[in-house]
Amino acid sequence: MCDQKKFKITTINIFLLLIMLGSSSGCSRGESNVTTGNRNGILHFGNGTDPQELDPHIVTGIPEHHILTALLEGLVAKDPKTLEPIPGVAKEWRISKDKKIYTFTIRDDALWSNGDPLTAHDFVWSWWRALQPKLGNQYAYMLFPIRNSEAYTKGKIIDFSQVGVKALDDLTLVVTLENPTPYFLQLLDHYSMFPLHRATIEKFGKAHERGTLWTRPGNYVGNGPFTLKEWHLFKSIDVVKNPYYWDAKNVSLNGIKFHPIENVTTEERMFRLGQLHKTASIPIDKVQVYKTNKPHLLHTYPYLGNYFYRFNTKLPHLSDKRVRRALAMSIDRKQLTTSVTKGGETPAYTFTPPNTLGYNAKDGFSFDPAKARALMSEAGYPKGEGFPVTQLLYNTSEGHRKIAVAIQQMWKMHLGVDIVLSNQDWKVYLDSVNNGNYAIARAGWIGDYVDPNTFLDMWISKGGNNRTGWSDSRYDDLISKQAPVALDKVERYSIMADAEAILLEDMPVLPIYIYNSKSLVHPSLKGLQPNILDYVLYKNLTLDPALSKEKVN
Amino acid sequence: MFHFISSRFFQSIPVLLIVITATFFLVRAAPGGPFSAEKSVPPEVVKALEAQYRLDQSIWQQYTSYLVDLSRGELGPSFRYPGRTVNELIAAGLPVTAELAFYALLVAVFFGVSAGVYAGLKPNTIHDYLPMSVAMIGICMPSFLIGPLLVLLFGIELEWLPVSGWGSTPGDKILPTLTLGLGYAAFIARLSRGGIIEVMTQDYIRTAKAKGLPSRVIVLKHALRGGLIPVVAFLGPAFAGLLSGSFVVETIFQIPGLGRFYVQAAFNRDYTMILGTTVFFSALIVLFNLLSDIIAVWLNPKLRQQYRSNK
Repeated sequence: MCDQKKFKITTINIFLLLIMLGSSSGCSRGESNVTTGNRNGILHFGNGTDPQELDPHIVTGIPEHHILTALLEGLVAKDPKTLEPIPGVAKEWRISKDKKIYTFTIRDDALWSNGDPLTAHDFVWSWWRALQPKLGNQYAYMLFPIRNSEAYTKGKIIDFSQVGVKALDDLTLVVTLENPTPYFLQLLDHYSMFPLHRATIEKFGKAHERGTLWTRPGNYVGNGPFTLKEWHLFKSIDVVKNPYYWDAKNVSLNGIKFHPIENVTTEERMFRLGQLHKTASIPIDKVQVYKTNKPHLLHTYPYLGNYFYRFNTKLPHLSDKRVRRALAMSIDRKQLTTSVTKGGETPAYTFTPPNTLGYNAKDGFSFDPAKARALMSEAGYPKGEGFPVTQLLYNTSEGHRKIAVAIQQMWKMHLGVDIVLSNQDWKVYLDSVNNGNYAIARAGWIGDYVDPNTFLDMWISKGGNNRTGWSDSRYDDLISKQAPVALDKVERYSIMADAEAILLEDMPVLPIYIYNSKSLVHPSLKGLQPNILDYVLYKNLTLDPALSKEKVN
Repeated sequence: MFHFISSRFFQSIPVLLIVITATFFLVRAAPGGPFSAEKSVPPEVVKALEAQYRLDQSIWQQYTSYLVDLSRGELGPSFRYPGRTVNELIAAGLPVTAELAFYALLVAVFFGVSAGVYAGLKPNTIHDYLPMSVAMIGICMPSFLIGPLLVLLFGIELEWLPVSGWGSTPGDKILPTLTLGLGYAAFIARLSRGGIIEVMTQDYIRTAKAKGLPSRVIVLKHALRGGLIPVVAFLGPAFAGLLSGSFVVETIFQIPGLGRFYVQAAFNRDYTMILGTTVFFSALIVLFNLLSDIIAVWLNPKLRQQYRSNK
């Protein structure tokens, strides 16, 4: 009896140990993803969060953008170095003299990933779908420069033929705009403008139906350099080279594996062990370590986005622009970016990031505590006396907290004002800011396209993203009336700069710094070009197996 | 026994109904909806989305139609993942989380019971203090500390084991299993130590000793059965806890399980996903509590007697 029991216990012990150690066949670590990937031409791409969907008319995020640009292609693409438009599905285009009519010639070798020919009619249908109100496309506004598209999606026009998009024949697409929109070509490689394969979508449901099965592997038909092979929920998305892509001969990669990794620390560890060629981001506290020890792995570049605070101008003490300016002028942004954020961010003295496709606004203010104190005295708060205790709201995050604490101290030191910090969960914070339940609130803005308009049209009086209560009729006039009809870039940029000067003078928003994109890149990945959109043209990328063993840990 | 099981089963229905109702109204009372975003969403788009997810109906209509769907086993479409139903998402994440929880439980029971019995047989000696101090440290150390420490040592420094994934590279299941299991092992060690100490003072053990049985037989045959009752009672809730509490470990090790999405759903205000996972986990907890009660009754002759006489 005793022996039998002993035998049982020993068996259980052995069983447990086997499970522990051999749960996935042994203890030794196999070949790294980078080594295997370099040999097989598979790029391992860290991609932030799990994609919501792969329907370009439904999604809203950057991880989705990374996958969709591999699966689909718009009329034009971008040169990753200059961000100027380069031919995509359209091999060429003509722009009318009044800059309102664009005629695109579709290349005759453009095919869908199932071999079907891609025609101008596909674009007309796809843009019709993008504008269907029932679909709930949050990026429908990207199409609004097209004549009558806004009226159509809002139900003011029922007949789609009045919308400015026509297929003259299979290979000619004519787009008529509401106003000359110099950045129109920039919009065309946004996923909301990509063509979709009508027969596939209609096979799995109605055109305006959300979440049908057309986006699943095996069903998905695209026109990009890659095609969807596998989609393991929460684990990876695999795309493989599309042999029908018109420029397939110039696509060097055989495939890409997108890894959704939400935790940046985990992502950095995976990179160090050769599991990724490129990360989506990098933990803030590691930036300096890489800068000092392995600068060749760290890729940072200014990004088309900014970090700022909104003022609620409806509050009596914040309705005074002298107070807002004083608060802006007493933040030492250089110190903030070098000692607090430490990620190589650029201090911001304008709202639009400098050099947005050649646009540079004049600095609206500088760090000048003495002048700030004088402004506060003028406004009736000498040395901060009588200034109400003001709340600074941010969405819960350690990074935002650190910045808020530093700014709170700078304001106390330079102006003598008391600020209390308050943090809220993301959705609660959004609710508070939307409803004006805040005094000063942290915010960030990423441009939708490379043009100052994406940073400036949000501050017009009725702008849904304004949320500060600020309004200025001169500003509205410059942005909504004058800029859209300006005929050349110089004139338009000068109108934009005038508008931005008004914004910075009145300061309903307080710019803090310009974001930068930060990622780790394995030396074997070649062809990445730094740019302010962090835009990747996959067909330019190559993998060098000779560099697989480069030390990254 | 049948009476016991069926009465516990029927008790669990109102419990689940209360959980569903409370969760349903709480998530809707939370500020910020599933479609609020940093970039403002045009009102006509919000309207279209709300209609699609029945949010344009009155809250009572939404509640009753949710219950009707639930009675059919349908948890509804996810708000965060428009192309997926909550059933599908749970089905994708559950096998991974269940596997992780199962291995972690094995680790916890093996290390916990061994250490606890070892300590409990020689109470208040160094054989007791040493494992129990280690266990105390284990209970105090959260998995978000143990995990990165194990990763640093075995993954980054020694380069023995992978630091992420589940079943994609050899050996990638070891570190997450240990991270999740060790905290529970420490808890089980303390429970089984207490159980063994108590049982060893019982009359029937003294009788066994008096009869001259070897101590190994006394421990394995007589003491363990009684001494491990507290451990068994703990196993049900522990397994449910491992399943629903694997969030941290899944995040650290990039494991495609359910725990991560349970927490993310709350941040995203993914109403159906929050409800679906809560209902699912509540049902699991109720089920595992029931199972551990049944095993406890089966193991403990005193309780068995009680139920028999109650009948």
